[in-house]
Parts: sequence; structure tokens; C-alpha cells
Amino acid sequence: MSGVHVSTTVNGDAVEFVCPAGETLLDVLRDRLGLTGAKEGCGTGDCGACSVTIDGQLVCSCLVLGAEAQGREIGTVEGLARDGELHPLQEQFISHAALQCGICTPGFLVASKALLDNNPNPSEEEIRYALAGNLCRCTGYDKIVRAVGAAAKDLAREAKKTKAKTKKRK
Amino acid sequence: MAEAFDTSYTDQEFTVIGNRTLRPDGVDKVTGRARYGADATAPGQLVGLILRSPHAHAKIKKIDTSKAEKLPGVKAVLTSADLPDLTNGNRGNYDILENCMARDRALYDGHAVAAVAATDMETAKQALKLIKVSYKKLPHVTDVDAAMQDSAPIVQPHIKKADDQTQSTNIANVSTFGHGDVEAGFAAADYIVEESFKTEQTHQGYIEPHACLASVGPDGQGELWVTTQGHFTFRSVCSDLLGMDIAKLKVTSSEIGGGFGGKTHVWIEPVALALSRKCNRPVKMTMTRDEVFRATGPTASTSMDIKVGATKDGRITAATAHIRYQDGAFPGIWGMLGAMTAFACYDLENCQSVGYDVLVNRPKVAAYRAPSAPMAAFGVESCMDLMAEKVGMSPVDFRLKNAAQEGTRASYGPTYGPIGIGATLRAVKNHPHMRARLGKNQGRGMACGFWFNFGGQTCVDMNIGTDGTVNLTVGTVDVGGARASMGMIAAEELGIPYEDVKVTVGDTTSLGHNDTTEGSRGTFSSGMATIFAARNAVEELKARAAQTWDIDIGDVAWEDGQAIAKGVKGSNLPPLSLKELAKASPRTGGPIAGHNEVVADGAGVSFASHICDVEVDPETGATKILRYTVVQDAGKAIHPDYVEGQMQGAAAQGIGWALNEEYIYGDDGTLQNAGFLDYRIPVCSDLPMIDTKILEIPNPNHPYGIRGVGETSIVPPLAAIASAVSNAVGVRMTHTPMSPPRILKAINEAK
Repeated sequence: MSGVHVSTTVNGDAVEFVCPAGETLLDVLRDRLGLTGAKEGCGTGDCGACSVTIDGQLVCSCLVLGAEAQGREIGTVEGLARDGELHPLQEQFISHAALQCGICTPGFLVASKALLDNNPNPSEEEIRYALAGNLCRCTGYDKIVRAVGAAAKDLAREAKKTKAKTKKRK
Repeated sequence: MAEAFDTSYTDQEFTVIGNRTLRPDGVDKVTGRARYGADATAPGQLVGLILRSPHAHAKIKKIDTSKAEKLPGVKAVLTSADLPDLTNGNRGNYDILENCMARDRALYDGHAVAAVAATDMETAKQALKLIKVSYKKLPHVTDVDAAMQDSAPIVQPHIKKADDQTQSTNIANVSTFGHGDVEAGFAAADYIVEESFKTEQTHQGYIEPHACLASVGPDGQGELWVTTQGHFTFRSVCSDLLGMDIAKLKVTSSEIGGGFGGKTHVWIEPVALALSRKCNRPVKMTMTRDEVFRATGPTASTSMDIKVGATKDGRITAATAHIRYQDGAFPGIWGMLGAMTAFACYDLENCQSVGYDVLVNRPKVAAYRAPSAPMAAFGVESCMDLMAEKVGMSPVDFRLKNAAQEGTRASYGPTYGPIGIGATLRAVKNHPHMRARLGKNQGRGMACGFWFNFGGQTCVDMNIGTDGTVNLTVGTVDVGGARASMGMIAAEELGIPYEDVKVTVGDTTSLGHNDTTEGSRGTFSSGMATIFAARNAVEELKARAAQTWDIDIGDVAWEDGQAIAKGVKGSNLPPLSLKELAKASPRTGGPIAGHNEVVADGAGVSFASHICDVEVDPETGATKILRYTVVQDAGKAIHPDYVEGQMQGAAAQGIGWALNEEYIYGDDGTLQNAGFLDYRIPVCSDLPMIDTKILEIPNPNHPYGIRGVGETSIVPPLAAIASAVSNAVGVRMTHTPMSPPRILKAINEAK
């Protein structure tokens, strides 16, 4: 079986792999790169459990070919925590009990981060529509929506602090 | 205003219980580290795939696997010939065996007929294509009412009519419950309400498909990593079906990505083990979503007739229910559970409920959260609303007048102890939601629900480390935060910080048998066993302290995580903490542990009452949930966040069931919507916040008053939403899901 040689970046690390031309990015991440945070819930782009970003754009990795990762920047749930610190979204999901079984959580976190990157102060309705591509069967979404709202506030506070610090230095 | 409950039998102050602690598996689950069913690998593992019947009902004339076997990379091909019948007359096990792999007939679209294990996915897929199955199509039936007709195609010929053993039937069981004289009761009624209802088949819809990694060596010893609600049960069933020794099959439950009853039964696991046994290589199997819909265990569709009689002043004189449950191709207990739960909320002098288990050519029905109760409640609660209207009472007051209470003889037999149906109704009556104004095309509904809750066999192990931190190993699966609750209970009993307890779900070699995590039993039963195990460990801690102090153990008390010397001899002795006793343990008698093995009896019944507001678009028939309130009698809430989460999640599943979710079968008997695009579960933008109110009416049979909370709140939504929609459109809705076409049809027919 001839494979495609791909050079890409995953969570900031340079990565190379060879995969069959028809293999999905999700299968590459899970089976070739050992990144099992993204989950397959449907394989048809309906559940969002496999959500990752490509160059900052939110996608279902089950609908993207591994070969399409060539030269791109892939972001997965494994890259959310940095330097041993959880991302505010991760903190708030835990403290709001926004997960029960947790299978959809990686997808929700990646999708929520993509939302907050573009819209730092979303309304409840904006959160609900931004996350409508991610299925959760356990929570009824209530605590997820609250956690995302709380994380947005945390990020805004952090941004304010960083801004103040930069100003001081100047 | 909060209602005061009698807590005399559990009059205790808690330190840890009732707090909103952080769950111990939280970090793993938000970082992607948690390992679910499909996240395990083994050296040399193969990919296992299953070939499934494309027909609703067909005789399997021949299966030719020769070409598949010759394909390079294929290591094992399996048919029912490789799964001899070892069930020894146990029909239940034979049904499981036949469901895992069809024998002489395929009984539904998606029924497994063969399986392969190959070195990679491409090879395995190619091998499936090379297996040639010769089918002879047989007449099929997928509708529950059609299947009860004498002329219907027979699904299981061995099942005979009760009154004529020469005639086969699709009616596998008829279960009757009730008491009194219903005919006399109806004769005494001023008003009679009689209505028929239907509910369509729904799926639990867990986001994680079934997955397992099976490995059997040439010595016959095996290991199974699997997403399951009951790894001990999976071990027993797989060992029985495959002729393995129970002790030589180690089953480890992975993190579980949702189950709701659907992961209480084996589907692919015996097949994966059999493939592995054939080639002695690890075999990984993962279902696709299409397979999950077609070939696992959705809940029953139903058809029912409900009759209620009442006097002018609103007292029910008699009630009957005839409920027909579609069990799929194999008999279950769904009709029985439906008949038992139908009238459980009410204090009835005369009642009778009859549940039918009916076989059709659909997948074998499995449990789905309070199995069978939501459908029965849909019919019964809708009739309660109709009767309330007839007698001129509000739906809440009518229910309050007829609600069961302590001492009521339940419609399914037992006499109730302290229960919460009245309390939930009073909370609903006083809730601001009931007084909020409604606009045009909007309607409000409320309804009640009941679930038994279960206990069962339970076994836990507690080991205290020399630094005073504690390992607690439980055998019930953590489906939604149970490890946090268990850690809190252990900390409460021992008197140590929650953070000092590490809770693990043990594999089948580390504990004795634990029943499956179903029936809302996890926190109730493992919580009970944890309390007893901790008390067992405390006795040992006290013994070590007595030994250290050289006093009688009777003079040692355990308070706030430390041993206190009592009596004259101990008056000057400083306390010994758990940490100090643990540190000294190597010199005072070795490791300190606590154990408990118990059949956790006395699970407390639970009730919920829900309020729902909807708006229906009269042009499209589309329904929007505007507001939703859940009131549930939960017993003592160990971790309120996760109790609320259960109530919200159950309500959301009920909303999907009421409005949208439905198995659609074609005339050819095949499933038409086996995917999340066409079987649409509620998404974030479909729902409002779901308000919750926990009523802690303690269960007198549990040391902490725990009842079990997971299931009850999926029972009221169908009826609550149906009444809300009916009130919005002015037509009584009697068929779920109330999808836009069904609502439009009802509106148009009423014109």
C-alpha cells in the first residue's frame, strides 16, 4: 500500500507521518501519532467529538484527510494546557461539573476555545449556537454553557492584567 | 419556601458530604489523557470487523468464507459455527449468543452474520466483501401492533401461545399488576377518560460507540478491555458463552463515554474474544455509529390504552393500562417494568396494568434509563391531565389529591415507606415557574415520574497507605462522577480530607463480583459498601491505637480522623491521628485495610415532577422549549453538582424523545436513519438552561439516606412536554415524537 508522506505541526511540535491517501486526520492523530484526545463518535461530522483546529479553524477531523495536514498547524485538546497549567476553559469545565462521562469534552473544549478566540465575550445564545455542532448526551448542556461563560470572564480578566503589566513596563 | 422533611432516621451532620468537590478524573478528562474503549492498543493487535445482515428477516442458507480466509493479512474469520451452543438450556444466554452472531436466521437489519480479524482496517473491510452469504428473504414485521396479529410473521417460533402450545406467537410475556376491583371502580366514577397512545423507538445515544480490545492466549487465558457499565457481568456472560473459566478472563472497564443502559449488555465482546482465541492475537473492535444504531439495544416503541375513572370531587376510582412494548427480536422484561411503573405515583384503590412483551424484526431492546417507565408515564400522565380538566382542577391539585404517600399500597405491590411524590408536587405548585405568564402559541405542562432504583451485589476494598492517604477500589463503573462521591463518602467516614482519598474502578481480578452499574445503584450500593469498609478499617485503626496505648479497644473512640483514648487509663493520652497510625502500621501488625461485600438492599424509590413551557410555530409545527424545571426527590445528595447533572441530562434525553428522536423503518424492514444527522438528538441551541430543585428526602435504608438519582427524571418529560404542546396548539398529542409533521397533522385534523 503506497502512503502519503506528510510534514505538519501538531500543538506546536513538528511531526512527520506516512498514511494511506484515504485515511482521515482523526485516524492519523489517534492511530499514528498516539493523540487519542480527539474521539470518533460518528465518523460523519455530526457529533463534533473529533473537533480539532487547522490553522486556527475549527474542523471535524473525521472529515479531513491526514494528507491535508501537510504544511498546516493542527491544534488538539492535548495542546490546550501549557507549561503544566490548565487553560481557563479546562479549569471551568472541572469546577462547573460541565462533564459527566467526558467523551465529548475534548471536542467541546476545542470548539469553545475556537469560539472565544474569535468572540471573547459571547452571549448565552452565541455560545449555544457556536457549540451546536458538538453533541453531549449527559449534561443537557446547562453546565457546559455556564463553564464557557465563566472561562470567557477569566480570559478577559487575564487579558486586562497582561495589558496593565505591559502598560506599566512602558 | 423549603419544605422540612423528617430526617430523624438520618439525623447527622456531614463535613464532606454535600460539598461541590472537584472530581478526581477531571484533569484526565479535560486534557485528553482519559482512556476510553477505543483508546487502548496492544502489541500485534488486529482490526476486527463484523458483517451484518442487510435484511430484516432472512434464512441464512450458506456462508462462504473461503475467499476471505485466503486474503493476505486476514488472521481469523468467524461465523456461528465457531460459537457452539454451550448454554446448556439457558434460554437467556442462548438469546445473547444468537444476538451476537446469527445462527440459521438473520432476525433484523444489522444482525451480525460473520466476523473477521485482519492486520489493518483496509484488509478487514476487503475481507468482509469477500464473504458470500446466501440469504432467503422471509416475511418481516417491525410494528408492535402488527406483530400481535395472528397473521404476523413469527420472529421466534419456539415461543408458544400460553393457551395453545401448538401455536407460535410474538407475544413473549404478559405481566399483570394491580389490586382492587377496577370494574366496580369505573362504575363508581362520575367521569371516565380513555385514550390510546404511541411512542416510537429511541436510542440511548451515548456519544462513545461500543469498543473493546480482546486478547486470548494459546493457554486459553484472556483479557478484555471494554467500555461497559458492568465488567463483572461481561466477564460472566463472555465466559459462559465461550466456555472459559471466570477467573481466567480478566475484564477491565475503560472510562465509559455514556451508557444510559445501553452498555449493560454484550454485543461485540464475545465475538472479539472468539476471534482472538482463534488466532491468538489481540483483536480491537470499534463499532461505527451506523452499527450502534442498527445493532445495539435501543429502547422499545410502544402502543397503549389507558383508562381512568374519577368522581366529581377529583378522587380517582379506578385506572387501567394495557401497554404493548416492542422488544426487538428477543424477549425482555420491558412490558413487566412498564406495567409496574405505570401507576406508581398514585394512591389507587382499584388499578390494573398489563404489560406485553412483543417480538418484532428489530434489534434486541436494551435498558434505557428507567427502562419502560417514560412510555407508561406518557400515557398515564396525559390521562391525568385530561381528567383534571374534566373535574375542573389544576393538573397539580388533581395529582396532589391522588398522590401516593407513606403507607400507600403501590400499584405494583409493596407498601411505600417515606416517599417524595407529594413533596415534589408541592414544590412544583409553589414554584415561580408555575405563575410565569405565557404568550401566544405557548403552553405549559407538568407531569410526574417514578423509578424503583436498585441495590444489588457490591464489593469494595480500602487500603490505607503508610502516609495516611487512602486507596478505595470500587467495582461499579463511574458513569458520571461517581468517583468523586465515593471519595467524599470515604473521607466523611474516616474523618480525613477528600483530597487524601484516591478512588479507582477495579478490574475483575481485583475485587469480588459487582453487579452492573444500572438501576441508579452506583452511589447507593458502592456508597453503602464504602461506608461499611471504612467502618471496618476504623475498627482496625482503633485496635492499633489500643495496642499502642496498651488499653482495651472498648476504651478507644474514633472522632474527626483520630483515635481518642477514653476512660480513666486514657485520660492523659494525646489522640493518635490516622496519619500517625498509618505510619506506625508496619510495626503494629502490617497494612491497614477495610473491606466490604454486601447485597445492598433497601434502595429507595424516587419521584420527580417536571414543569415545561413550549412555543409551537403553527405554520411549521416546530416546538421550542422555552423553560424547563426539574424537581426530584433525590435522597441525600452526596455531590449536588452531579445530582443536578443527572436531573438535567435525563430531562434533555426526555426532550429529545418527546420532540424529535425516532427509529424510522422502511417497508423493507430496514432502518432508514442510522446516523446522528437523521436521528437528531438535542443540540446546545435546542435547549434552554434546565432549572433544578433537589429535595433530599432521606432513604431510611441507607446509612446516609442515599436513594439513587440517575434515572427518574427521564420519566416525566414525554408527558410534561405533550401537555405543554397540547395546551399550546389546543389538540391533545398522543404520539411521540411530536415532530413538526405530526403536530401539523394533529392541528389540521382538529380543524
